[in-house]
Amino acid sequence: MSMDYRDYILEHYRNPRNYGKLDNASAHAEDSNPLCGDQLGIDLLVEGDKVTQVRFKGRGCAISQASASMLSEMIEGRPVEEVAKLGKEDILDALGIPISPARTKCAFLCLRVLHRSLALAGLEKPQDDNDEE
Amino acid sequence: MITSDNATDAGTLHRGVADIRKDFPILSREVHGKPLVYLDSAASSQKPRAVIDAMSTYYETYHANVHRGVYEISEEATAAMEKARVKVARFINARHSKQVIFTRNTTEGINLVAYSWGNANITAGDLIILTEMEHHSNLVPWQLLAQRTGARLEFIPITGDGSLQLDIYDQLLQQQPKLVAFTHMSNVLGTINPVKEMIAQAHAVGAIVLIDAAQSVPHLPVDVQALDVDFLCFSAHKMLGPTGIGVLYGKRALLEAMPPFMGGGDMIRTVGLRESTWNDLPWKFEAGTPSIAEAIGLGAAVDYIHAIGMENVLQHEQHITHYAMEQLQTIPGLTIYGPGASRRGGVISFTLGDIHPHDLASILDQQAGVAIRAGHHCAQPLMERLGLSATARASFYVYTTEEEIDILVQGLHKAIQIFDL
Repeated sequence: MSMDYRDYILEHYRNPRNYGKLDNASAHAEDSNPLCGDQLGIDLLVEGDKVTQVRFKGRGCAISQASASMLSEMIEGRPVEEVAKLGKEDILDALGIPISPARTKCAFLCLRVLHRSLALAGLEKPQDDNDEE
Repeated sequence: MITSDNATDAGTLHRGVADIRKDFPILSREVHGKPLVYLDSAASSQKPRAVIDAMSTYYETYHANVHRGVYEISEEATAAMEKARVKVARFINARHSKQVIFTRNTTEGINLVAYSWGNANITAGDLIILTEMEHHSNLVPWQLLAQRTGARLEFIPITGDGSLQLDIYDQLLQQQPKLVAFTHMSNVLGTINPVKEMIAQAHAVGAIVLIDAAQSVPHLPVDVQALDVDFLCFSAHKMLGPTGIGVLYGKRALLEAMPPFMGGGDMIRTVGLRESTWNDLPWKFEAGTPSIAEAIGLGAAVDYIHAIGMENVLQHEQHITHYAMEQLQTIPGLTIYGPGASRRGGVISFTLGDIHPHDLASILDQQAGVAIRAGHHCAQPLMERLGLSATARASFYVYTTEEEIDILVQGLHKAIQIFDL
């Protein structure tokens, strides 16, 4: 298995989409990955049944930050119901490279923060923190 | 690079590193189609054939429980385990093998002292001195002790180049500490602390000293009597031995006075339904069936490393560290943390531009077959002090070669290319 750092991953890392914070967020959560020290916060603005704006802010490795950037592109403008269904496969598809077991925590940090933010805002059922394998 | 310092030890005379590498089966494997370059010995060292064989032989030919069987193989197992204890005692120059307590690892040794000695001797308001460069294993047990007892923790800060601020240590000693606990060698910065002087200073004000020797006993000569240290802990797996066994050395009077840490079989003399009396040292602290194969493996590791000679191990690692620092410094954007090569062991923490250390570690693994550590190295307060969330760390041992350092450097250039630094 080869974990390539493809150009588009590095491009997301260097120029993250939807980077920053929302003053009027309707959902927010943050978390860190104790293994790497990756940190990530996500703000969502929900209007009607849609996520109309998303911002994330964080620091960490290319995999964690590029994943968050890619995830943010999947979220904006989509119905909350669909956003709540986003899962590990969506992240892996977007990354397009195999992620070594030790690095899955980096790749899925954004997903955990997203679902936590929705759960805290009462927009989805809290998920079990199962192992990212 | 390694030559024997013992002319009478014919089997290990003038052994070069290439020769030594042949003793380590794992060093001939490949990862991602490239020869494994293992630069993470500070986390855990690799094992020579002699250690693996000693453990297999036990399992294949004389496995039985120890200290109770009256039959042949149990007596053989008991003798082998106790012989390993004697080897360890000689290796660190303990006065008696009773002072060598087998634990699971360094962490368990420190916890044993924090509970057994700490609960009996530390009370509210007592001062415990630690340092900013400690591994979590030499921080958290004392935090827990402070929570149990109301003791106070103070920390010796570090200087910009990763040495301890000894003037602050002087000041802290004026406050009559009960205990001083610190690392012999930093697992992040490689800093070798002036332990002997620091122990003498602590003793002068009546404090007890515990040394975290997880990084020092495997890499440099350590003489517990010369150091006059009260407690010293280390792990077998960092010194060519197996996981699951470590050592707590303690001064006999201290160990004798301490209550047991864990209760169970083997640690008792007589047991009643409501109370019991304790076994002698060292078994008082070794409740339950011990790690027998691991103790035997540790004994074999001590034999192996002693045959090379600790002075030679140190010399080889200093040479490699010096070479690695020179080579790494040629890489643009690379920052090395910690002291100069002459005051550090075989550990180099670094960052490369703004490439996250975990990305570096993945690239080195995938592109060059190089295993390095990335992260906070279980020393979060130190990383915070350095203003970093993570570093990459390369660490060396008797089997590390200059060629491996060159492969590391090539891998780092590859990372620069990928990240377009």
